[in-house]
Amino acid sequence: MAYSEKVMEHFANPRNVGELPDANGIGEVGNPKCGDIMRMYIKVEDNVIKDVSFKTFGCGAAIATSSMATELVKGKTIDEALQLTNRAVMEALDGLPPVKVHCSVLAEQAIKAAVSDYYRRLGVDPTPIVGELHDCEEKACACGH
Amino acid sequence: MAEAKRFVYADNAATTAVSPSVLRAMEPFYTTNYGNPSSLYSVGQKAKKALEEARRETAACLNAEPNEIFFTSGGSEADNWAIKGAAHLLAKKGKRHIVTTKFEHHAVLHACAALEKEGFEVTYLEVHRNGIVRPEEVEAAIREDTALVTVMYANNEIGTIQPIAEIGEICRRRGVWFHTDAVQAAGNVPIDVKAQNIDMLSISAHKFHGPKGVGLLYCKTGIALPNLIDGGAQERGRRAGTENVAGIVGLSAALREACAAMEERGERLAKMRDRLIGEALKIERSRLNGDAARRLPGNVSLCFEGIEGESLLLMLDFKGVCASSGSACTSGSLDPSHVLLAIGLPHEVAHGSLRLSFSDENTEEDVDYILSVLPGIVERLRAMSPLWETIQRNNIQYEIRDF
Repeated sequence: MAYSEKVMEHFANPRNVGELPDANGIGEVGNPKCGDIMRMYIKVEDNVIKDVSFKTFGCGAAIATSSMATELVKGKTIDEALQLTNRAVMEALDGLPPVKVHCSVLAEQAIKAAVSDYYRRLGVDPTPIVGELHDCEEKACACGH
Repeated sequence: MAEAKRFVYADNAATTAVSPSVLRAMEPFYTTNYGNPSSLYSVGQKAKKALEEARRETAACLNAEPNEIFFTSGGSEADNWAIKGAAHLLAKKGKRHIVTTKFEHHAVLHACAALEKEGFEVTYLEVHRNGIVRPEEVEAAIREDTALVTVMYANNEIGTIQPIAEIGEICRRRGVWFHTDAVQAAGNVPIDVKAQNIDMLSISAHKFHGPKGVGLLYCKTGIALPNLIDGGAQERGRRAGTENVAGIVGLSAALREACAAMEERGERLAKMRDRLIGEALKIERSRLNGDAARRLPGNVSLCFEGIEGESLLLMLDFKGVCASSGSACTSGSLDPSHVLLAIGLPHEVAHGSLRLSFSDENTEEDVDYILSVLPGIVERLRAMSPLWETIQRNNIQYEIRDF
C-alpha cells in the first residue's frame, strides 16, 4: 500500500483543520471502534459555504480526504457541495489504495452530515434534500459496528 | 517537507539490517565457493562443509544436536512444518487436539485454522492483561487426545516472554509434544531446548541481523515429521531442494554473534527500553502494552488514546523514525491487531498503538531523539482529533478487559 504524493501532502499539511467558532452546520460520521471519525464544520451564508473546517481521528487517508473535501466545497453553493462524490475526492488526491476507499466515502458523508445539520437548525427536514446518510458503506466497511 | 534531523530505525522486530560481518561470511558462497553441496568436487564439498558447520554451530547456540536442525526458508515455514507435520503424524494415533494461544503469530494461527478445517480441534488460551500465558491453564487444556502444544517464546508485538520452561516441563510430563515459535526470542534471550524441554522450535535469521529468506526448525530426535518437500536427499530427505548455502552460513554467523553478546546487549537495550517507556508514559492517557518486566529487552509497545496509529507512524516517518503499529489501518484489515485485543484493549485504544523495537545498532541518542519528537506528534494529532475532544470532555475511562 502506498499513498500518492498528493495524499501525503494533504496529510502533512492539512487544510482547514480545527474548529469553526461561528459554524452553523456541524456533522460527524464514523466510529471510534472502526478507527475513524470525521467532523465537518460549515459556515453557510446566502446558500454558499463561506467557510469550512474539519477535525478527524483516523489514518493518513482519513486526514487527507477530510482536508481535500473541505477544499472542494469551500466557496461552493450547498447544491454544489451536495454533488461532491467520494470519487471526486479520490481523484483530486490522485487516487487512494483500495483499502482506503472508505475514507473518501466518510469525507463525502461528513459534508452531507454538516449540510443536514445546517438545515435542521433552520427547522427544515434535511432528508428530502440531502438523502439518507450512511457512514459505514457496506462494501467499504465490514466492521459491523 | 523539512528534512528529518536524524534517521532512527526502531522497527527491529519487523526486520534488521544484515551485519557487516554476517555479509562477509556469506559472500564467498555466492562468488568463489558457489558449489552445490551435493557435488563431489571441491567447491561443492567446501559448501557442504560450511553447511554442516552451520548446522553444528546453530545447534550449539540452542543446546541441540546437529541432526536436530533443519534449515528452512524462514519462521513461517518452520511453524507450518512443525504444527501441521506433528498434527498429521499424531492424527494417525487418534490425537486430533492442539493447544495454542490467542496471540500467536499468524503463521501459527493460520496453520491451526487450516487444521481446524481438516477436523482438528484447537484450544486458544487466554494471555491475560499482562500478555503472559499461565502454565496451569496450559496443563488444564491438555486432554487425552492432545497432540501438540504450541506457544510462542516471545510475542512479536508486545514483546512479552512466555514461561517456556514451565510449559515444557508440563508437556514432557503429560507426554505431549511442545513447539515454540522463537522468531522474536532467538538471539535476544537464552534458549536451551534440553533444559526447557522444547521438542520443536522455529527461528528466522533476519530478526537478528541475518539475511531474509532463511530460518530453521529444531526438531528433537525421535520426532519424525512428514517430509515437507519431496525430492533430493537434502535435509535428510525431509526438505528437498538445493540448500541456500550463503543464507544458512549467514543465519549461523548472525545467531552466533547475537548469542555471544546477548547478556551485555540485553542489559543495554533494556535500559534504553525502560527509559523510553518511563518518559513516554508521561504523555497523558498513554499506556504500556504487556508486562513491564517480562518483555524482550528491545521492545516498547504503547497506546495513546484519541489518535490512530497509522497517522502516528507517518508523522514519525517525517521525522526520520521507523516504527510500527497494530492499528487496523496498518494491518490491512478493519480490526486492530489480535494481540492487542487479546490483552483486553478495546478497539478504540488499540487503534492508537505504537511499537518501537531496538537492536544492537540503536543508541541512547536514538531514545533521546524519539522522545524529542514523539510528544509533539501525539499532541498535534490529538489537536485535530474529535475523539480526543470527546475523551477529555466526557472524561472517558476505557475499560481494559481481564480475561
